[in-house]
Amino acid sequence: MKKMPEKKSDKKSNRSRSDEKKLKKTSKKPAKKPTARKSRKSEELYDDAIYEEELDIRDSDGAERPRNARKKSHNKSILFITYTFVFIFLCMIAYIVKFVVVDSEHRINSPYNKRQDLLAEKIVRGDILSSDGKVLATTVTNSDGTESRNYPYSRLFCHVVGRMDNSRTGLELSEGFSMLRSTTNPLQKLVNDFEGKKSIGDNCFTTLNYELQQTAYDALGSYKGAIVAMEPKTGKILCMISKPDYDPNTVSENWETLNSADEQESALLNRATQGLYPPGSTFKILTALEYMQEYERFNQYTYTCNGTANFHGYAMKCFNGEVHGEVDLTDSMAHSCNNSFANIGLSLDIKKFSATCEKFGYNKSIPFNFEYNKSSFALDKDSKTDEIIQTAIGQGETLVTPLQNLMVISTIANNGEMMLPQLVDHTENTNGKILNEYEEESLGQKCKRKYTRKMKEYLEAVVEYGTATSIKGHTYGIAGKTGSAEIDSTGKSHAWFVGYAPAENPKIAVSIVVEGAGTGSQYAVPIAARMFENYLGY
Amino acid sequence: MQNLAYSVTVQLSRYLIIIMFAVYVLGCFRVFSKTPEKAEKTYRRQIGLVIAIQFLAMLILFLSEPKKIYIILYVGGLAFVIFTDLAYRYVYKGISRVLLNTSIMLIMIGFVELARLNTGYAIRQLCFASSVSFIGLFVPIIIEKFKYFNKLAFLYALVGIGLLGIVFIFGKEQYGAKNWIFIKGVGVQPSEFVKLLFVFFLAASLEKTKSIKRLLFVSVIAAVHVLILVFERDLGGAFILFITYLAMVYIATEKFAYLLLGTAMGSGAAVVAYKLFSHVRVRVIAFLNPWDHIENEGYQVAQSLFAIGTGGFLGMGFTEGLPDSIPVVSSDFIFAAISEEFGVFFGICLILLEISCFIMFINIALKMKRVFFKYTALGLAVEYIVQVLLNIGGVVKFIPSTGVTLPLISYGGSSIISTYLMIVIVQGMYSINFTESQEVLKHEEDA
Repeated sequence: MKKMPEKKSDKKSNRSRSDEKKLKKTSKKPAKKPTARKSRKSEELYDDAIYEEELDIRDSDGAERPRNARKKSHNKSILFITYTFVFIFLCMIAYIVKFVVVDSEHRINSPYNKRQDLLAEKIVRGDILSSDGKVLATTVTNSDGTESRNYPYSRLFCHVVGRMDNSRTGLELSEGFSMLRSTTNPLQKLVNDFEGKKSIGDNCFTTLNYELQQTAYDALGSYKGAIVAMEPKTGKILCMISKPDYDPNTVSENWETLNSADEQESALLNRATQGLYPPGSTFKILTALEYMQEYERFNQYTYTCNGTANFHGYAMKCFNGEVHGEVDLTDSMAHSCNNSFANIGLSLDIKKFSATCEKFGYNKSIPFNFEYNKSSFALDKDSKTDEIIQTAIGQGETLVTPLQNLMVISTIANNGEMMLPQLVDHTENTNGKILNEYEEESLGQKCKRKYTRKMKEYLEAVVEYGTATSIKGHTYGIAGKTGSAEIDSTGKSHAWFVGYAPAENPKIAVSIVVEGAGTGSQYAVPIAARMFENYLGY
Repeated sequence: MQNLAYSVTVQLSRYLIIIMFAVYVLGCFRVFSKTPEKAEKTYRRQIGLVIAIQFLAMLILFLSEPKKIYIILYVGGLAFVIFTDLAYRYVYKGISRVLLNTSIMLIMIGFVELARLNTGYAIRQLCFASSVSFIGLFVPIIIEKFKYFNKLAFLYALVGIGLLGIVFIFGKEQYGAKNWIFIKGVGVQPSEFVKLLFVFFLAASLEKTKSIKRLLFVSVIAAVHVLILVFERDLGGAFILFITYLAMVYIATEKFAYLLLGTAMGSGAAVVAYKLFSHVRVRVIAFLNPWDHIENEGYQVAQSLFAIGTGGFLGMGFTEGLPDSIPVVSSDFIFAAISEEFGVFFGICLILLEISCFIMFINIALKMKRVFFKYTALGLAVEYIVQVLLNIGGVVKFIPSTGVTLPLISYGGSSIISTYLMIVIVQGMYSINFTESQEVLKHEEDA
C-alpha cells in the first residue's frame, strides 16, 4: 500500500529541477488534458495545481538536505492516522465479541427484550430443576398443540422459580433465554428448523436444595416472612422462601385477587430479595465491625449497662429493660446490649461507617441477575445523635433485604470475602450434556481477616451464652446473631436470625425474618435449628 | 410447500450469506498482493457475490410474503448494481475497483435491509442511489474542466457556514438535533453537504501555506462550523468536522504537537459541553448505563443491544428477528438490525469492509500527485471513517450514541447522496491522477 508512491517519488526526486521542468515542457505534446498541461507549462510553479514533487523542491530551498525527508514524514502522519483508526476499529470488534460472548447472556434476559416469544416459536422451553434433579417447572404440550407451563411443586418454589403468566418473574424471567436454546444436536436442530418442528430447549439446573426448601417452608409455617440460605464459600443459594405465597399454576385465574389494590398480603412479592425490613440487632454485626476497624484496642472496650441510658438527651433501653452490667464487646454482642451499641455508635466516624456499610452492599447494586431491591443505609455527616444511636442498634432509617443480610453473614463466615449470590448451577441439554457451568464469582475482600476472626468469636458467643442459646448442643458449632426489629409503638417486632454452621467450617449460612412475630430468639432461631439439622444432621 | 421452501431458504441463507460476505471482504484485503489478471478475477467474483447475496435476500423476502413490490425492488436493485459497475468502469479510467465494488456492496446491503424494514424507504433509497450514481458519472469531467477548485477556499467556507446558518435559523428539530430544513415538504440535511465543502475548504487553504497565520485562520473558520453544529445539537456532525480538521492540519503540517494540542482542546470542549448541555448528558447517561435507565435515556441503546445479543454470531435469519423494536432502526440504528438477522459475524465482516474502504481511500490519497487532491482524499477518508465509527460505536455502545447515519447503508437521501459524492470525487481525482501519471510515464519512455 505504501510502496507504490514512494517508489515513484524516489524516481522523481533523483531528477534535478531542470529535468523536471524539461519534462513538464515536453508534456505539452500529447495535448490531452488541458488542465494538467496548463499548470505544468507555466514556469511559476504554484499557479494552478500544486504537485507534491514541487512542494518538496520548494521546501528544500535548493540546499543539499535530503528531499525525501519531508515526504517521508508526510506519509508518516498519514500512516499514524490510518493505524489509529484501524486500531480503534479493532478494539470495537473485540468489544462486540466480548459483548456477545460474555455480557449478552444475561443482558438479553430482560423483560424489555421482546424476542423470547420469537425463540419460543421454534424451541420448547426447557425445564427448571433443583440441584437434586427435581423438576420445578416444565413445559407441557397439550393435545391441541398449545403449550403450557407446569409447576409440580406449586407454592413451594413460587417466588424463586417465578412464573410465566402475567409478567414473568424469578428464574423464568432471568433464565428465559438459556432455556430457549437447544444444543442437543446441531444437525437435528437444522432438520427441525427445515421441517418447522420444534426443538427441545436446554434445562436449567438451579443451586436450590429441594429438602432444605421444604424444611424451611414448613418451619416458617403460616407466618409471613422470608428465608434464604447460601453456601458462604461459593455464593450458591440453597433455598429461598417468601410467604405469603401463591400457586403459579393458577396465577392467571386468580390474578385479580392477587394483584388487587386492597390486597394486603402482597403474595406476589418475593420478600427474600425485594422485601425491605429494619435489620434490628442483626445490624450490630456491622456496627461492631466498624468499631473494630476504627479502634485498634477494641479488645479493651468496656461499658456498664444499667438497663436504661441517656445519650445527649435521648433515651435508650435494652430489651425488656434488662441490666447487663459491665460488658466488653463480646458480651455486648452476645446479649445484644442496646445501650452499649448506642455508646459505640456515637464513637464512630460516620463517614467511615457509611463507607463500610456500602462496601458490604448497602445502597449498592450487585451484578445479580435476579429481581432484588437495594438495601439502604441513611446516616451521613449531618445525622443527629438520635439517628446515630438508633442506626447503631439496627433501628432508624436503615432497611435491609433478607438477601443482603445473608450476604453480610456469609461474608463473615467466608473470612471477609463476599461471594456473588448464584441461583443457576449449570444448564444441560436433553442428552444430559453439561453446557454452561456457572463459576463462583467473588465480589471482593470486604474487611481484614483479623476482624472476621474476632467477629466469628462474638457470633459464637451469641449461641454459647447469649440470645441464641436455644440452638446450642449440636455436634457442630453454630454462630449467628438474633434481632427483633421493632416496627411500631405497640411492641410488635420482626424476628430476625442470621447465622452459619458449622462454626469451624461454614457450609451453610441462613437469613431468616418472621414478620411481626416477636423476638428473634423465640421465633427465628428455631427455624434456623431445623434448617441446620436438615442440611448438616444433628 | 411454500412454508418449507421459505424455512429452508432462510436457514441455508443464514450460513450462505455470511460465507459469501466473508469471501467478499477477504477479497478486498487480498487483492493488494495479486497480479492484475488475478485481481480482475477477484473484482468480477465480488460483483457476482453482491448479486448472489442480493438475490438470496430478496428471495427470502418474496417467500415470506409474495408481494409484487419485492420483484420490482429486486429488478431495480440488480439494474443499479450492473449499471453502476459497467458505467463507472467505462467512464472512469484507472478507477479503484475495490472501492467501486465496496460502494456497490454497501448500498446493496442497506437496500435489502430497507426492503425488509420498509419497502417505501427502499424504493426511495434506490431512486436516490440511482440518481447520484448517474450524476457521479460526470464528476471527473467537472473536476477536469473546472480548474479553480483549489482557489475557492473562501467560497467553500462562506457557503458552508451559510448553509449551517440557514439551518440554525430555519431548521426543524428531528430526533433531538436541529439539522433539517424542509423545502416544500422535502427534508434536507445540509450538514451532510457541508462536510464536503469543509474538506474542500481545508484542502484549498492548507495546499500551499502552512504559516501560523494561515493555521489560525483555518482554525477560526473550522471552529465556527463546529460551534454552529454544536448549537444545532448535531453532536455527531460537530465531532466529524472537528476530527477532520485536526487530522488534516496534522497531515499538512506534520507537527504532532498540533494533534496533541487539538486533542487536548477538544477534550476540554467535550467536558464543557457535558456541563452545559443536557442533551449531551443524556447521551452519556445512556452510554454509561443504559440498563438502569432502560425506560428513558437508555431505551434505544438497550433495544439495539438486545437485537445484537439475541441474534448472536449467526443471526436469527433474515426476516426472523424483531428489528422494529429498535427506535430509528432504518437510519441510525440499521447496523443493529443487520447484526440481529444476518449475525454478528456478518456485522464484524461489515466493519472490516468499512476498514478496507478507509484503507482504499488512504491508498488513493498516497498515490495522488496534486496536493489539493491528496488533501481532499485524506479529509474525505477521515470524515468517512469517523462517521462509521460514530454510528457503529454508538449502536454497540462502544461510545455514546451521536445520531449519525451509517454511510451508504442507512436510509436517508442527504446521507446517501453526500457519501456517494464523497466516493466519486475521490474516484474522479484518482482517475485524473491516473491519466496524468500515464502521460508522465509515456514521456519518460519517449525521452
